[in-house]
Amino acid sequence: MGMTITEKILAAHAGKDYVECGEIIEAKLDLCLANDITAPLSLEEFDKVGARRVFDPEKVVFVLDHFTPNKDIPSAENCKRIREFSKKYGIRHVYDGGACGIEHALLPEEGLVVPGDVIIGADSHTCTYGALGAFSTGVGSTDLTYGMVTGKNWFKVPESIKFHCTGTWQKWVTGKDLILHIIGMIGVDGALYASMEYDGEAITALSMDSRFAIANMAIEAGAKNGIFKVDEKTLAYVKNHSKRPFVIFESDTDAHYREVFEIDVGKLDSKVACPSLPSNVKDARELGAIRIDQVVIGSCTNGRIEDLAIAATILKNKKVASDVRCIIIPATPKIYRESMRQGYLEIFMEAGCIISPPTCGPCLGGHMGILAKGEKAIATTNRNFVGRMGHPESEVFLSGPAVAAASAIRGSITHPSEVE
Amino acid sequence: MKLKGRVWKFGDNIDTDVIIPARYLSSTDPKILSQHCMEPLDPSFAEKVREGDIIIGGQNFGCGSSREHAPIAISALGIPLVIAKSFARIFYRNAFNKGLALLEADIFDEIEQGEEIEVDVAAGGGEVKAKPIPPFMVELINEGGLINYLRKKLEEEDEKI
Repeated sequence: MGMTITEKILAAHAGKDYVECGEIIEAKLDLCLANDITAPLSLEEFDKVGARRVFDPEKVVFVLDHFTPNKDIPSAENCKRIREFSKKYGIRHVYDGGACGIEHALLPEEGLVVPGDVIIGADSHTCTYGALGAFSTGVGSTDLTYGMVTGKNWFKVPESIKFHCTGTWQKWVTGKDLILHIIGMIGVDGALYASMEYDGEAITALSMDSRFAIANMAIEAGAKNGIFKVDEKTLAYVKNHSKRPFVIFESDTDAHYREVFEIDVGKLDSKVACPSLPSNVKDARELGAIRIDQVVIGSCTNGRIEDLAIAATILKNKKVASDVRCIIIPATPKIYRESMRQGYLEIFMEAGCIISPPTCGPCLGGHMGILAKGEKAIATTNRNFVGRMGHPESEVFLSGPAVAAASAIRGSITHPSEVE
Repeated sequence: MKLKGRVWKFGDNIDTDVIIPARYLSSTDPKILSQHCMEPLDPSFAEKVREGDIIIGGQNFGCGSSREHAPIAISALGIPLVIAKSFARIFYRNAFNKGLALLEADIFDEIEQGEEIEVDVAAGGGEVKAKPIPPFMVELINEGGLINYLRKKLEEEDEKI
């Protein structure tokens, strides 16, 4: 029997010709990632085991993006510790200060991840790089330490679920709407332990930014990874961003899938995940006017240039409702600068938005946009669990950038066509 | 390993944001983290819980972020075991790596909040009929967990040099 792209990548990294789902393998790692929240625990474990080196300083990356610019003294101490560790062990890829961007937007942009890689990151949204045809998955800090020291880790080869997407995209509908639709359909554990694989003409038509958003939220369905076929768009992206050599893997036509879903994207309209699960998905149009206090456009899901371009199109010559805080977070310094060049920042400022430096901040209720008791936000982020953005009695609605920007103007959840 | 403890019941999809809210993650101190465990669902949970108590969850326990602070916070309260219908995958690995025992069993509806139960973790749950722990994980536990396994491996390498 043939293999899926995920099985092929794992087999190649385990030095095997064939693997099947359920098998436990030890795979070589191409990259190990941690951030300012998860790295401190990894470094504690590193000291505990008495390690004296990392397996390859070029393959360890630290991104200080969660509680930066530092929100308090303990988070500043954590970042200081990571800088000291990196100096001591010769780790060059430390993204800090003006070089800091949100990790999962930053790594592909910096060319650190390429098709065919096996990547682990002590951050659950590490699954984002599947958009490039790589196997990447989130792990805890201890697993990351093991990877950082040995250059390997163990994996259970996941079963694969295929999402075959056809049809033509409607106006304002992006990758975020598709992934919200899928999570709404299969549930927050619908792909537990499995791989979510995407193909079909509607996927070929999607931008890389939209593919990153889809791969990013695989974890919100419980999946181990999300993965896309490498096509011309992937190759153009990789050529523009990376000098690393890479291998292209492709699923065999007779590969085994636990389930295959057929999705006509032409039937999809703008989606919103209501509190307090990413699977509580409704059409934006059917929601009625839900008043909001805050809008967040950013994050590792939707803080890329396509997202900011959509938000700018909607917010141009408009004003954010007077009782709404609209926070825009360009995900990386390059995206920030490109937004400046394109005039998006001017549009956002004219509309009355707050422009934040790249940070994960409000998405996880860390800082830079916390909600008070009873407040509601609509955000282009990825989780809307109880208390995710602040007070346990605050609420988060998830959407793509178009619905978020339109909602900022009206001060209530709004379909983008209503503000055109 | 036989465990006897009072039961705290939580429902489906207990995510890591409620197990330990992100705003406390600037600390890695298990004691500090444990004081905020389950705070969004029950602000006095850390005060009420006693050493040896057991958590019972529904489906997809531990979903969400990769934060290892979640099993650390639970363990630091003296809770040795979580039983749930199913676990999110990163939490599952993290718990074993941190020495928090997990059992997959569908007993949520059979047990009352506050009831005392006895579980034989080594015997696959004993009276609590649990899905067996994957053999590979059992091996890893027998090695003393991933970090001990790594420590031994590094020591052996040192001896060779």
